[in-house]
Parts: sequence; C-alpha cells; structure tokens
Amino acid sequence: MADTAPDRTPPVGPEARFRAFLKEGRFMLQRSCSTGRHVFPPRVALPGTGETDLEWVEASGRGTVHATTVNRGREGDRNIAIIELDEGSRMMSRVEGIPPEAVRIGMKVRARIAVEDGAEIVLFDPVEGEAS
Amino acid sequence: MTHPLRGRTAIIGIGSFGCGEAPGWSATELMAQSAMLALEDAGIPLSMVDGVFAATAHHAFPTMTLAEHLGLKPRYFDGTNVGGSSFEHHLLSAALALEANLCEVALICYGSNQRSAGGRLQPISEPQPWEAPYRPRMPVSAYALAASRHMYEFGTTREMLAEVAVAARAWANLNPAAFMHGKPLAVEEVLRSRMVSDPLTVLDCCLVTDGGGACVMVRADRARDAPNPPAYLLSAAAANWHRSIAAMPELTVTAAAESGPRAFAMAGLTQADVDLVMLYDAFTINTILFLEDLGFCPKGEGGRFVQEGHIAPGGDLAVNTNGGGLSCVHPGMYGMFLILEAVTQLRRQAGARQVAECDVALLHGNGGTLSSQVTALLGTAATL
Repeated sequence: MADTAPDRTPPVGPEARFRAFLKEGRFMLQRSCSTGRHVFPPRVALPGTGETDLEWVEASGRGTVHATTVNRGREGDRNIAIIELDEGSRMMSRVEGIPPEAVRIGMKVRARIAVEDGAEIVLFDPVEGEAS
Repeated sequence: MTHPLRGRTAIIGIGSFGCGEAPGWSATELMAQSAMLALEDAGIPLSMVDGVFAATAHHAFPTMTLAEHLGLKPRYFDGTNVGGSSFEHHLLSAALALEANLCEVALICYGSNQRSAGGRLQPISEPQPWEAPYRPRMPVSAYALAASRHMYEFGTTREMLAEVAVAARAWANLNPAAFMHGKPLAVEEVLRSRMVSDPLTVLDCCLVTDGGGACVMVRADRARDAPNPPAYLLSAAAANWHRSIAAMPELTVTAAAESGPRAFAMAGLTQADVDLVMLYDAFTINTILFLEDLGFCPKGEGGRFVQEGHIAPGGDLAVNTNGGGLSCVHPGMYGMFLILEAVTQLRRQAGARQVAECDVALLHGNGGTLSSQVTALLGTAATL
C-alpha cells in the first residue's frame, strides 16, 4: 500500500529520531506548535487530542523527582525514579551522584546524557544544594 | 433501567489445580486439568464447550493450545491478555458472546508453572524501551514508585502497608488451601524482612507459586439446572489509562476509579451492598489504592482504613478472604483466583473463612503496572 503522506513522512520514526539526537549529545523533546504541549516519550501525534504538528525542541534538562525507589539486588543498590521535567512530561530514570536512598520526592535535578551498554541514556543529578 | 447484561449469565463451575507447587506439570496441563475440574463441578460434558477464553504469560496463543489439548472446536474464543485482569475482562467478553448466542458454554482458563519452572515471575516478552535502559526490577519497582508517591502525598506508612500483608495472612490461616496457611505473620516481621524495592519488602510482595484455575459460564436460563448455586454476573467494566508506570497520569489514582463506578452503575448497586471484596493484591499498596479508587474509603485514607485489622477476619470489611496473592496463590496472573474465591463464598462453601450472608462479591483485577483495571460484581440468586 502506498504511504498516505509521502511528502510529510520523515525518514525515521520519532523514537529513532530521539535516539539519534541523544547520540549527538542533545536531549530533545517534541512540542506541539499549536498547543505548546511537550511530549515524552516521542510519539506520532499528541496523545489524547491527536495534533500532528510536532516539532523537536531542546529540553531544558531541569526536572523534579516525582517518585523514587531503591532496587536492592545482588549487583548493589540502585535508584529508580520518575522525573517530572519542567516541560511537564514525566520519564523513568535514575538519580545519581548521591546514595540511592538519599533521593527524595520534590528534589530538583538536572539531566545529563550517559552511555550504558553502548547506548545513550538520560540520567539525572541533584541540582547543587539539593543533596544536603 | 436494568442493564441488558445484568444477571443474564452465571458462573456454574469452578476448578483449580496445582496451586502452590506442582513440579512435573506444564502450564498447559495445569490449565487443562483446572478446566476439567471446572466442567465436572458444573456438570457439563467437555463436548459441550464451544467458547474458550484464556490468557497466560506462557502462551502467545493460549486458546489454541487449550483447545487442541482438550480436543475442543470452539466457535468463539478470546485470548485477550491484559495481564492479571484478563479473566475479569473475559467474564465481560464471555457474557457478550453468550448473550449474543455466539456460544453456549464458555470456559475461562489460566495455568502457570512459574514457581517450578524458575521461581521468578514469568515476564511478558514485551520490551519497554523507555524503562529497560534503567534496569528497574519489574513489576515490583513500578508498584514501589506508586507507594513512594502515596506515602509522600498522604502520609501512608510502611506499617500501614504491612497491615495489608498481615490481614491477608490472617485470612490465609483460615484457608487450608492457601500456600502460607499455618504461618502467622506480624507487622514487625514484614518491616524487618528483606527490602526488595523501597518501601516494599519481600513480604509486601505477592507469592510466586504454580497453579491453574478455570470457570464455566452459561446463560442464566441454563444455570438454574446446575448442581451448585450459580454466581450471576451482575456487571463488569474495564478501564485502561497507561502501560508504563512513568506514563500513569497520577501515581496514586488507578483506572479503578473509572471501572469501579461503571461496574456499580451497571449492577445498580453501591459499596454498601458489597459483602465480599476481592482485590488483586500483587503488592500491599494495591489493596490500599483499590479500596480508595473503588470508593470503600476516601482517596488518601486507604492506609488508615486497613489499620487495626479492619480488613482482616473479624474486621468490618471482608477483603481477600482466600489470603490473596500475598498469602494464598500467585502464579503470575492472579485474576482468575479472584473469581474462584468469590464463587466459593457466594455458594457458602468457604468453610472457616465463610463471610456471613455473602450475596454480593466485588472482584477487581489489575494488569500490567497498575495499568488495565477491570471490576466485576457477582451475586447470588437473591440479587436478581
């Protein structure tokens, strides 16, 4: 079947585009031009309302810990958190640089790109002064 | 106006097999053996089954596998897999198929040998690209994140979570078939046990057992001839708001807040009419969230609601009387066992744990990571 919108179809899907940006060292989010709403994870349309006028914009990298847990395992204790980005979207990540149990809900954090298992991922560090 | 599905179908047979440890039995065999027991209980010959409903974490095509194993040639089947709530969803799906005369005898089945096969929760092979790189321990980390938020917003404590596990164990101690029967549990013990994903310890988590379960459903006119009192389906309603925990709109409000009111409306009943509450307690936070979202207490009060044995034997509200996924049985997708306990209670066959004058049972299935929520109400003939 022919692509219904060949002219407007980008060469790769939004997930691949997001990962390509990360590889370039850029943490990018989609934003709907008409509504101003940010989207994460990347999608083909704005969830719920379906706007397709999505453009890529640089994330501020600022966020707040929304929920947190510590995975206790043989390989050590590891933080798992849900971060609410200042742009409004939430994502799973880890807060590093402080002991995993010191991560608190409401803590301000900043994003950084790291490489794990050969792939770029977004991690977070506490903003200065939050770790005390 | 009475909903056109209310009381039109009924569960007339239940069976379970291999609950606990069943080394040497495959998931398919546990499912098939449970189906045979459910049919025997219903007094229905195998050859009359023409509707098959099943979901497991072991099979991509469970209805095909079961039909082949038992030599069935179903004319209606539904293998919808929405995690542990699949079987409550199958109740609704089977009711629709029966009412539309698309089948006459519906068999709803489940089986898992996860304990004997490996001793871990059987993972559903659906990679979560936005979670996997962070290596969360799923599903427990998802529930731990929701619990952390509930504690932050409402002052819920680890002691309150532990009360849920203690109440479940007290019920299990009245149920000789429960995996943890005969092993008393105190709040202190839950708090002191090994932390898995803060704030949840190993005793805040469900069991990992083997087990199969099945039930037989027919139209109400046929149900009257069954050997046991029928359990009529008064309503069922599903709601789904997310898949991954990070995409959950609010970590402290599940889609049970939508499925519950729709199920009550369909049945024409309220919380005050419910004699037995069966909630999918994969983790202690589940019971608290679902008691709130289903309207048994205000949002945020679930932790305080379960204190002082309120949902334990002798408490004001009978919750998870078999001992739940926490202390009775949990082969990975526990939703089937909510149905089996509700039917047992409605038949007055629950022995020492029997709830007095049990005419209305609420079942609430949960799937994924607090994702798919399905609420159903079952009742005795007195509720028609």
